[in-house]
Amino acid sequence: MATYDWVFDTLGLRDWCEGAGGDAAPLSMADLIGQSGGGTPDRSIWDLPFPSMDALNDACEAFPQSREVTRGLEQGFLDVKDALSYVLDPVTQPLSWALEYALLAFQATPWWVMIPLLAIVIWFVSRSAGLVAFVAGSLAALAFIDYYDYAMQTLAVITVCALICVLLGVPIGIAMSRSDKLQNAMIPVLDMLQTLPPFVYLIPLIFLFSVTEPKLYGIAIILYAIVPVVRLTNLGIRLVDKEVIEAADAFGMTKRQKLYGVQIPLALPNIMAGVNQTIMMSLAMVVIASLVSAPGLGVLVLRGIRNLELGVGLVSGLGIVLLAVILDRSTKAALARVNAAQKH
Amino acid sequence: MADPKISIRHLYKIFGATPKRALEHVKAGMGKSELLETHHHVLGLRDINVDMQPGEITVIMGLSGSGKSTLIRHLNRLIDPTDGEVIVNGENIMDYSEAKLRRLRRENMSMVFQKFALLPHRTVLENAATPLIVEGARPRDYEAEATKWLDRVGLEGQGGQYPHQLSGGMQQRVGIARALTSNSDIMLMDEAFSALDPLIRTDMQDLLIELQRELAKTIVFITHDLDEALKLADHLVILKDGEVIQQGEPQHILMHPNDPYIVDFISDINRARVLRARTVMEKTSADPGGLAGTVAPDATLESVIAKSQGDTTLSYRVARDGEQVGVLSMREVVKALVPTDAAEGGLRRAS
Ligand SMILES: Nc1ncnc2c1ncn2[C@@H]1O[C@H](COP(=O)(O)OP(=O)(O)O)[C@@H](O)[C@H]1O
Ligand SMILES: [Mg+2]
Repeated sequence: MATYDWVFDTLGLRDWCEGAGGDAAPLSMADLIGQSGGGTPDRSIWDLPFPSMDALNDACEAFPQSREVTRGLEQGFLDVKDALSYVLDPVTQPLSWALEYALLAFQATPWWVMIPLLAIVIWFVSRSAGLVAFVAGSLAALAFIDYYDYAMQTLAVITVCALICVLLGVPIGIAMSRSDKLQNAMIPVLDMLQTLPPFVYLIPLIFLFSVTEPKLYGIAIILYAIVPVVRLTNLGIRLVDKEVIEAADAFGMTKRQKLYGVQIPLALPNIMAGVNQTIMMSLAMVVIASLVSAPGLGVLVLRGIRNLELGVGLVSGLGIVLLAVILDRSTKAALARVNAAQKH
Repeated sequence: MADPKISIRHLYKIFGATPKRALEHVKAGMGKSELLETHHHVLGLRDINVDMQPGEITVIMGLSGSGKSTLIRHLNRLIDPTDGEVIVNGENIMDYSEAKLRRLRRENMSMVFQKFALLPHRTVLENAATPLIVEGARPRDYEAEATKWLDRVGLEGQGGQYPHQLSGGMQQRVGIARALTSNSDIMLMDEAFSALDPLIRTDMQDLLIELQRELAKTIVFITHDLDEALKLADHLVILKDGEVIQQGEPQHILMHPNDPYIVDFISDINRARVLRARTVMEKTSADPGGLAGTVAPDATLESVIAKSQGDTTLSYRVARDGEQVGVLSMREVVKALVPTDAAEGGLRRAS
């Protein structure tokens, strides 16, 4: 006799329980142990089980067991998977191409073009000779110990993913700043994306796409890293001085003139701070994404862990830190220049 | 009198979730605090009726929270009313479409803000040229015009600076230049000088008076400072808790305040400095004889007292362009210096 027999007896559901009893779900290990143990031991109130699905199943075989929930979820996902892939596959295909081309381009460019090119780019965003020297030195050091290719792969993936984050995230943030309803709907989604452990959303992605496709890790990185740029764009535009917005209206600006001439420029410091965080989060995710075949320094970190190659793991970790410092410093320098140009 | 440039008719504004329903209570006579307590709506403006004449400075004065900013924002519909009309150049702007409203804002009205509201990422020249840039002008088209107005407000050679490189007073000069560049005939100024230091404020008031003499725009000027109001106003509107409690010629309000609130307001000013000979004089063209001299109608009592050297037995001829308009006796001057009680209602200083 199970604890919750009385529930079904008083509800008059005994017949329904017995009727379905014939093809009961396969027994769980606990059931087997329970059965081999023979009769029900005397139970005190201290042993009262929570009326969980499994406990209720003990009393009534027609009642589903809890593993039906996970199995149902899995089945449901597999059922919609084909339809979902049918839509998502072509939509996300450009991401695969972008990643492939970027990887190709970053690796095909000879180092004696790439390193000066990066130095020039850094010079234009930061105007800081020290930073340029640091970047060139770090890349040269990585190249010297033959980690150059891996570093370039990581950089290529981040460039593509962060760019897409900005291209998608800024318009989403702008839309959120214009509608309180959209903001209220989006914030829980953003909270979820930010708090879910990154491994968790790798799981459905693995089912949806094949592991050999670059877009698998591309999507994982973008989902994880897009949050700050969306949030800070929304916030930045909402924080623009109300009187300046009134002035824009009072002089008859159209919505578009106001957006491009006032709101975005004045929100730029916040948007740039979001871009900085987005880039840093892409870098964090590209390491985890090497579990699903993302190339780059993350692969080496993974190799270090798998094969217990301490030196490889540590050096590639150091390489990632160097990249992080480079990206952080150059975006912050750009941010500082924006701030200096429009302090109040 | 000419047709008013701007005419505000039965304007009501209520802030809250269901202003239309709250309006019925307000029209039935409910007050601001009762409305807030029982219906959780803020009464912004109640039954405002003001005519603003072309070429005049209309000053709207009231304490903080009396609804001044709300009122001026109805004139270019930065705020839409709960009820009532705003008629500009004979047309009710409440009927305007979005496109027509934009034309009105670009061509007929410009605005100057308390905290300047300049674009920090644009140069002073670009800021001054904002009205032209909004219309799609290119730099070579707007440069001459914007520079002209920057020079006019005393900012020669500052066009290349950014707003944060200028002092507050200079930033507000940019704000005024921006309003002038639009060439609109109406200028709205919401506490335009309140954020400035007293000395700079006086400079700016003088600048405005000088510009007005030259350009004769229709100016709506908001302030909480009575001295500023008296210095600038052709027509003074006094606002309290969202209602107009008195409006008219400033000198008239000084001599005949109709509300204890206004008596309070004017009790601390230096009356000798703001009252004019024409306000206190007896209107007559006859010569009573024994006059000690001639003063201008707009001479302040202070200057007349200085001229008489404190002798209260004297009388002066008041003359405009050599023609007598009245006679001013020093006895009347001295009497006028004592604050007048409210025409009706209680008194603050009964003792
Ligand atoms: N958007 C708003 N929502 C609710 N109440 C408002 C709003 N704007 C103004 N008010 C209220 O209306 C009154 C008048 O405000 P305002 O016009 O800014 O006064 P002033 O400019 O004279 O200081 C105040 O009581 C203020 O709290
Ligand atoms: Mg105000």
